[in-house]
Amino acid sequence: MATSMLPKHLSDNGALVERHWQELNSRRRLYSFLGLAVLALALSGSLWFANDSNAGKFFDRLPHFFDFVGDLAPRDGLEIFRAMFDLPSPYDDGSFKYNYPEGRLYLTESFYIPEYVHKMLETVNIAIFSTVIGTFFGFIFCFLAARNLMPNPWVRGLIRRLMEILRAFPEVVIAGFFLAILSLGPIPAIAAVSIHTIGALGKLFFEVVENADMKPDEGLRAAGGNWIERVWFGMVPQVLPNFASYFLLRLEINVRASTIIGAVGGGGIGELLRLSIGQGHQAKTLAIVILLFATIFAVDQFSAWLRRRLVGDQAFQLAQ
Amino acid sequence: MTSATRLSPLEMDAIASRHPNLLQGSSNKRLRTILISAGLVVYLVFSWWFFSIGHVLGNANWGIAGTYLADWVSYEVRPELKIARDRTMTIDYQRNSPLGPNPNPSWVELDKETVTRTVKIPAATGQAVKPKASSSFSFMTPGSALGGADAGTAQGRTETQTQEVITRAVVTLNRSTKIEVADGLVTATHGGETLTMAVDGQDTVTPQGTLPAWATQKRPGEKITLAFGAAGWAEVEGDDVSVRNRFFGWANFLFDTNSPYFGKSYAEVLSLITSGERIEPARSNLSLAWNNILYNAEWQHLDVWTKLLQTVVMAFVGTLFASLVAFPLCFLAARNITPNFLTNQVVKRFFDFLRSVDMFIWALFFTRAFGPGPLAGMSAIFFTDTGTLGKLYAEALENIDDKQREGVKSVGAAPLAVQRFGVLPQVLPVFASQALYFWESNTRSATIIGAVGAGGIGLKLWEAMRTNSDWENVAYMVLLILLVVFIFDSISNALRSRLIGQKAH
Repeated sequence: MATSMLPKHLSDNGALVERHWQELNSRRRLYSFLGLAVLALALSGSLWFANDSNAGKFFDRLPHFFDFVGDLAPRDGLEIFRAMFDLPSPYDDGSFKYNYPEGRLYLTESFYIPEYVHKMLETVNIAIFSTVIGTFFGFIFCFLAARNLMPNPWVRGLIRRLMEILRAFPEVVIAGFFLAILSLGPIPAIAAVSIHTIGALGKLFFEVVENADMKPDEGLRAAGGNWIERVWFGMVPQVLPNFASYFLLRLEINVRASTIIGAVGGGGIGELLRLSIGQGHQAKTLAIVILLFATIFAVDQFSAWLRRRLVGDQAFQLAQ
Repeated sequence: MTSATRLSPLEMDAIASRHPNLLQGSSNKRLRTILISAGLVVYLVFSWWFFSIGHVLGNANWGIAGTYLADWVSYEVRPELKIARDRTMTIDYQRNSPLGPNPNPSWVELDKETVTRTVKIPAATGQAVKPKASSSFSFMTPGSALGGADAGTAQGRTETQTQEVITRAVVTLNRSTKIEVADGLVTATHGGETLTMAVDGQDTVTPQGTLPAWATQKRPGEKITLAFGAAGWAEVEGDDVSVRNRFFGWANFLFDTNSPYFGKSYAEVLSLITSGERIEPARSNLSLAWNNILYNAEWQHLDVWTKLLQTVVMAFVGTLFASLVAFPLCFLAARNITPNFLTNQVVKRFFDFLRSVDMFIWALFFTRAFGPGPLAGMSAIFFTDTGTLGKLYAEALENIDDKQREGVKSVGAAPLAVQRFGVLPQVLPVFASQALYFWESNTRSATIIGAVGAGGIGLKLWEAMRTNSDWENVAYMVLLILLVVFIFDSISNALRSRLIGQKAH
């Protein structure tokens, strides 16, 4: 090997470089070590705290971890199918647990929509409707918040702060507040989800606008276009595909959000799932879970496919 | 040069008409725009009908919405004057009044008199106080009214009592609003208008003169509601005047009414803590004050902070574990790293499964497994985010630059070293940035899964809202949540822009 031919002792300059490198290296190691130590400390503290303030302790409950699987096993596999499509059950003893046909929504004399499908459609429709509302307002706000279109820092700052608050405001509170005023129903969920969507989409939208090509805008300005014309003809055509992509991404998130909001009193499938788990209706729970899983999966796949068509692989570069 | 290209409008039109295809969109495109707009309108109309929005909004109780919103930042004190048949009165405050057990606020002036009278006490209850809650008058139980004179039954025993009664009361809500009750007459003054109402000590109220705009009476003789806007409101019934005086601010935020520090100014509290005599001999005044603040019955500071910390911890641990588990798995899912179609598909579908069984469903399941608390929420976030982060990580891996990997491979490095030196330096900042983003966004979602029992502040928020009377507590918690979210937002943004440059957000 060539190593033996190398000088044993470095010259002064060589030693300086060597020492400097050693210093840098050890400092870097120290930082990594400190970072990891802080992380480990925070993690173990968090775990202890979480375990301590939980109702059941982790290691006590771990053997019972899969109890819920047993709780969920229906009397036979077909029960799930019957629960999902509201077919009468052979185990029907008059109790609510096996009373699947109740809750059918009859469209004609003989044709009905099963209860869970109906509620699932309601939840999905809540998501779509709120996303449309959120997109509408986010669309208006984003041009007022973008640096390249709104030179006035006060208006820009105001709109951005407003969107931040809308985004961070807990959805539970909005839903609960509207629940207190309105009767039970989907509208509290719509309000909660759309208000959050305005903030979230507004932010994504104005970032798209800020990254847009300003040449069409310059052209319009040179031709004497006013602000609305500049936005409409110079900006909207180039950002629309990205907006549509974010709309779809938000739709995916909102389908989940409207399910959760439903569980805390906003109607739809979420409420049924919570009730059915709470009351230990195995077949009904499984039917809802499968339905929900299939819907979320389908919406995700559809939206991913459409987004890829709209903006290409760029749609997948960004985290949500 | 410019003069040469300046055209008259006529000429411009002429040029435009030569190239209609350039200046007008294709009919296909226009048709699509029209169709999309029409579809959107039809959808909105359908949804309006589907959710019966008009109907629900029309039936909503918007008056109460204002009260609830006002409750976020203000509180009410409710003196209630009960008027007996002899026009004397007794005063009562709501239970848990923010003014403490024996309120005697300066804005309520009372003229008192001591009378001796014979009171019939019904044997069943042993008390001559009407059990009625507040405003809803019941015609079914007139016998239980104060005095119980027309009860007619011989069951009660009579007793001679010396009582201090109120002969005249003046409640001043603000400079222009005042209610005076004396001799069976209620005089309300608001904004320069005066309304006098005669009350008979039983069940009829008769306004004298016409009602001003701020007073409403549904039927003659029934209760009159006086709305004073932000200052509060009052209800006048035949035997009862209840006033709601609204004050801005959060009542008893530090010390509740049971605390020895209650009702003292900041300076008094400070001097007590620093130099005062020990209130409880066992411990210092400072520790007593701190303890009283933490266990404030109305605001429950310690509980709120613990729950908020739970939410933060849930998001932190859940995201950290998720990224730790997703990290090795994503190498299996990326088709350029593991060129095995079956493995890729299995891992990717596993990620999809974790993601699609929503965080909410996981939360419900884990709440059953671990009992309500942060462990459930943490596990739910962990499961969902393993799926989401795994998917994103795998996508990031599939988009890497292959040159570095090939370079490391070409010098004969072992497979693990290829990943360590050829792949990891490219993706690690992206991985960390995405984990940070999810940490921040999970702090938000942890609030909501808390509401279904998975620990954290969500459930507490939900319970506070359910009662419809603790909106100030809701406001407090919302403020804390917003604060925490903003802090984490900034930390995460700062770290992310250091990791992957300004492009991160």
